[in-house]
Amino acid sequence: MVPQLSWYLALSAVLFTIGVVGVIIKRNIIAMFMCIELMLNAVNLTFVAFSSFFQDVTGQLFVFIVMTVAAAEAAVGLGIIIAIFRNRESLDVDDASILKF
Amino acid sequence: MENNLLSIIIFAPLAGAGINWLIGRRVRDERFIGIVACGAVAISTIVSFYLAFKPGGALQGNVPVFDHIWTWLQVGRFRADFALGMDRLSGTYALFITFVGLLIHMFAVGYMHGEAGFYRFFAFLNLFMFAMLTLVLADNMVLMFVGWEGVGLCSYLLIGYYLDRKEAGDAAKKAFITNRVGDWGFVLGILLTFMLTGSVSFFSHAGSGGVVESALQIIASRPVEAFTWPVIFAGGVTSIAVLLFIGAAGKSAQIPLYVWLPDAMAGPTPVSALIHAATMVTAGVYMIVRCSAIFTHAPTAMFIVAIIGAATALFAATIGLAQNDIKKVLAYSTISQLGYMFLACGVGAFIAAIFHVITHAFFKALLFLGSGSVIHGMHHEQDMRRMGGLRKYMPITFATMVTGWLAISGVPIFAGFFSKDEILWKTWSAVLPIPGFSKILWGIGALTALLTAVYMTRMMVMTFWGDERFRDAHLDSSEDNSHAHDQHGTPEPHESPWIMTVPLIVLAVLSTVGGFIGVPYALSSFFTERNVNVIEHTLEPVVAHVPAGPAQSHNEGAALSAAPGEHSATETAAAEHTASESAPVHNAEEIASERMLAGLSVLIGLAGIGIGWWIFRKRPLLQMPTILENKYYVDEIYDATIIRPIEAGSREGLWKIFDIGVIDGTLHAIGEAVVEAGRLGRHLQAGFVRGYAAIILTGALILIGLFAFYSIPR
Repeated sequence: MVPQLSWYLALSAVLFTIGVVGVIIKRNIIAMFMCIELMLNAVNLTFVAFSSFFQDVTGQLFVFIVMTVAAAEAAVGLGIIIAIFRNRESLDVDDASILKF
Repeated sequence: MENNLLSIIIFAPLAGAGINWLIGRRVRDERFIGIVACGAVAISTIVSFYLAFKPGGALQGNVPVFDHIWTWLQVGRFRADFALGMDRLSGTYALFITFVGLLIHMFAVGYMHGEAGFYRFFAFLNLFMFAMLTLVLADNMVLMFVGWEGVGLCSYLLIGYYLDRKEAGDAAKKAFITNRVGDWGFVLGILLTFMLTGSVSFFSHAGSGGVVESALQIIASRPVEAFTWPVIFAGGVTSIAVLLFIGAAGKSAQIPLYVWLPDAMAGPTPVSALIHAATMVTAGVYMIVRCSAIFTHAPTAMFIVAIIGAATALFAATIGLAQNDIKKVLAYSTISQLGYMFLACGVGAFIAAIFHVITHAFFKALLFLGSGSVIHGMHHEQDMRRMGGLRKYMPITFATMVTGWLAISGVPIFAGFFSKDEILWKTWSAVLPIPGFSKILWGIGALTALLTAVYMTRMMVMTFWGDERFRDAHLDSSEDNSHAHDQHGTPEPHESPWIMTVPLIVLAVLSTVGGFIGVPYALSSFFTERNVNVIEHTLEPVVAHVPAGPAQSHNEGAALSAAPGEHSATETAAAEHTASESAPVHNAEEIASERMLAGLSVLIGLAGIGIGWWIFRKRPLLQMPTILENKYYVDEIYDATIIRPIEAGSREGLWKIFDIGVIDGTLHAIGEAVVEAGRLGRHLQAGFVRGYAAIILTGALILIGLFAFYSIPR
């Protein structure tokens, strides 16, 4: 049984939804962060699927861009998380509801 | 004829002003500043004389010298160039402005010695020369207005030169605001001229700036308007003339806008001499003569000019009788003499008006500089009641001021005699729309001449003859004058240095012989058959002539014969001028009556001096009528009828209702609305990251939903 395009899209949608729900319901900042990565990679999966389906390399180029952005975002995001943790001794985002220190 | 040297005349003083403002303020060396300022004006003077008198120059040929610097405004049909034009009229003006200006600059170097704002004073003075020469040499009304405002600004800056004196600042503001009233008329006049003719240029010429048609020529080809009062408001040529006259009345201090000039004496004396006697205040006369084609086509406006001029002459002369401040006397005298010039314009004697402007520039600049020398020698004392007997201490000042005194009083051979006599004769012989009125105007003029001689004699007697009152005066006012004593060490009056007396002497010579450029035929024919009235010869081609006879108001045919000698670049027009320039016919009867009137004005002048001498020689401190001393309470009347209501209206209406209620109210309402919106909106910004994420998600879902919903049916 050859995998259809719709299978990939369905998987991607599921992954994306898990990511969205995770960002909204998780309090732990690391978990939220991982959910964001999950969403990004769900999109990557869609790109690759379409790229293969249309026999067009453009989609794969976008994947590289997304991965680059994700890497940069991870670096900055983790830096921010460390800074917040040093200040608040906590990883709960609801504790960081005030921007002033 | 194009000649780019023309722009040097105006830009040399501008450069001088720039150098003194930027460099002079750092150098702070009086010699450097003085040389720059005087040198800049000297360059203008030399170039003016060269351009005016070289073969085929502005005063010789019939074609003006043009200098098109750049095309300034061009919008649709409207066109105003930054271009200069020097014809016989503006050439004459440029000559005496630069020359008298140069002398006054030199005098000021001595007078302003030791002032902290030396560089500032000369920067402004040079800037004034730039503006004044731009005004005079402008080839269109709009550029003239630029110069007009420029001299107003410089006048404001220089009246308020003494920054630490409140009355100087008040006087400066008064001058500026009063002039605004006049400028309103001038601007409307320019706009109306453009509406009627489609041009604002004085000259027709085709040069590097393209073809320009003269507004004056267009108006000259229109019929003369009737002599009625409603025509003033009809929006025709008469309306233009009246509006222009309002402008001239503001700048040249005529009733009812003269009030600023006496107060302007709060400025340094060289400023009073240059701006408020010799040059700027005669700009109104220049403008009227420049636009003489407009005025000759508006007999109603001419009549108004004549009446206002005569009234101002008499009114100011009576006030001048009772002033005790030496500069105030001269200020009212200036207003009075300006009234004469407007009287001359009003009866159509434009050349006589210009002639009087020139001689007046000589003798009034002389008198002002002389008074400056007296004030300088008296250690800044201006009250004539504390002078007296000065001729022993200041012989040169005394001798030069005597010539000015004789000139303004109308003693023969002195300059003022010829010009004043010319005006009186032209007034007497003028054909006015109301028969017999010319005799009334002449009577006013003659009475003014008498009063002029009386108050000038009073001033001279109080200053130079009699007891030396400065000693006792100094004793009882030693408190407020004590700093002056400390500065100078001695209260003794002293003669001024050479840099001040040399200009006095030159002006004294000019006040004595300057009148010979305009000896009327009736007087010169005693000695020679040649017509030696140089000034009339020179200016004849550039001023419009009043249409002769009773046809003036109704016969439209007469209008065509009244075409003014406006310049045009074409040869045919030049030929026309020479035709109109042909020798005037001298009627024996007229000559006889002119001689008689001249004799009469000599008698009037001498009588005035005699009366003044007889009254004031013995009692120089004679109390004059209070109403005169208080200037007919005009300032108080203006204060009560105009200034106070405006102040009250501004305070109660504009400030308390409009400003606080409407403007502040609107702004406050906007501010409060924003605050209120923020108060509601800030509940969205709880600071919980997950909340924000939920909002973003909701928004994204809504957008996707809309997109999906609307694109599926397609």
